[in-house]
Amino acid sequence: MAHSITLSIQMYSQTIVEHLANPRNVGELQNPSGRGDVTNEACMDRILLTIKMDAEIITTAKVKAEGCPPTIAAASVLTELIIGRSLDDVARLTRHDVEAALEHLPAMKKHCAALAIDALQSAIDDSRRR
Amino acid sequence: MQIYLDNSATTVVAKEVIDAILPYFSGDFGNAQSVHAFGQRAKAAVEDARRQVAALINAAPAEIVFVSGGTEADNLAIRGIAEAHQAKGRHLITTKIEHPAVLAMCEALEQRGFRVTYLPVARNGIVNLQDVRDAISDETILISVMHANNETGTLQPLEEIAEIVNERRAQGHLHLHLHSDAVQSIGKIPVDVKKLGVDLLSLSGHKIHAPKGVGALFIKKGTRLEKLFYGGHHERDKRPGTENVPGIVGLGKACELVRLNFTKRTSRIRELRDYLEQRITAAIFTVQINGDVERRVPNISNLSFVGLDGESLLIALDLRGIAVSTGSACASGSLEPSHVLTAMGLSRQEVRGSLRISLSAYNTRQEIDCAVDALREIAGRLREMLPTDEVEASSVFSS
Repeated sequence: MAHSITLSIQMYSQTIVEHLANPRNVGELQNPSGRGDVTNEACMDRILLTIKMDAEIITTAKVKAEGCPPTIAAASVLTELIIGRSLDDVARLTRHDVEAALEHLPAMKKHCAALAIDALQSAIDDSRRR
Repeated sequence: MQIYLDNSATTVVAKEVIDAILPYFSGDFGNAQSVHAFGQRAKAAVEDARRQVAALINAAPAEIVFVSGGTEADNLAIRGIAEAHQAKGRHLITTKIEHPAVLAMCEALEQRGFRVTYLPVARNGIVNLQDVRDAISDETILISVMHANNETGTLQPLEEIAEIVNERRAQGHLHLHLHSDAVQSIGKIPVDVKKLGVDLLSLSGHKIHAPKGVGALFIKKGTRLEKLFYGGHHERDKRPGTENVPGIVGLGKACELVRLNFTKRTSRIRELRDYLEQRITAAIFTVQINGDVERRVPNISNLSFVGLDGESLLIALDLRGIAVSTGSACASGSLEPSHVLTAMGLSRQEVRGSLRISLSAYNTRQEIDCAVDALREIAGRLREMLPTDEVEASSVFSS
């Protein structure tokens, strides 16, 4: 279509495409222990993460997301990365961990993994304030 | 199952076209410039094809120049006129919604000191005739306005623009030319160069079931233009290079098929497109049709799924074997939206959620049903994921 629109499906790993088709843990928790809602102002992609904790362990996480396939996949895979782990443990996660969990991200889509980590950090910060 | 709904990108080569082409790879492989029988058979095939192309657009065979495709046809028309007539003026007029083959060519000419006016379009995607009138000066040598837009299918008022051009010519503005990129309108609506009043018109083979790598430029008799390439005297000295005989034969055959089956094919495509839109708008409330719904080619439907991301819809559909395209793409964290939808004044949200579905006569009602069912399910799932609570997912879908 437009000359800039040349993203090909081959750019996306099977994992990304699979998460897009079957996103995990979709939703928003009522009375969460922490809530992170972040938007990339440049591309308008948004991730809303809510977590519930029991004795510093994340027992449940729900996510909502708006945006391109890697953003939806990053949001979805993030929940798998954090459920059942301690807050201190997940606080050390970086965008590289999200990227690794998605197998591969195209160079121009690295910011999607960063957005997921921003949502996580925001939820952790919120839980520590509560 | 594979369902191809991206026929504005390219089309399947028709079986009749393949059958027509194949002999020119083996038995009749001659160079059309050769004097011997091999060459003469190839030459005859090229001239037959020229007549077939000319017949489709009501031109004379001598007015058809074979090129490598739509991009070359657009480049040859614009650069060719610019270079040949620059002594009379260095101003060109085009629109903001042209194909990159036109826009990038015009930008390159700006680098060489030409002045280019890029006309805006209204929300319906159509240029204003008064804007055309106002943009013309004595320096203007070319107006290039596409016939049908490749993203929305919207038709431009070419005949009315030609009238403006003719008025100017009657006043002595003889160096003013009119070009149109008709790559997306050929085979979809009648294209008659005399009725449209154009001096130059671009067309491409692979959008009408001919192979990729072949196209044609109509150059009205008496129109002087500079060539792009230098070499032999092929194509009446307008386009050097050994003729792509199989490609040209394929283009000719495809044009003949369009001409002979025109009404049957286009009414079938229109019926399918209308059915598609009727089903989608009934199934998904938050969808809008972009561009003028009346003045457009019958095979393109440009839709915006407001709130969703076109690329996510595209990839999720592709996963199910359904091919469409989008005007939305996010790269390195910035949205690079369609220049066409943006020029129409669509919001970022509308552009982001845009999807182009383009049909051919080879599509079936069953394929449309499959695609709509998949779209409804995918859009529903993505909508459930949306963080915004403005629209309840349950109220978005009628069934």
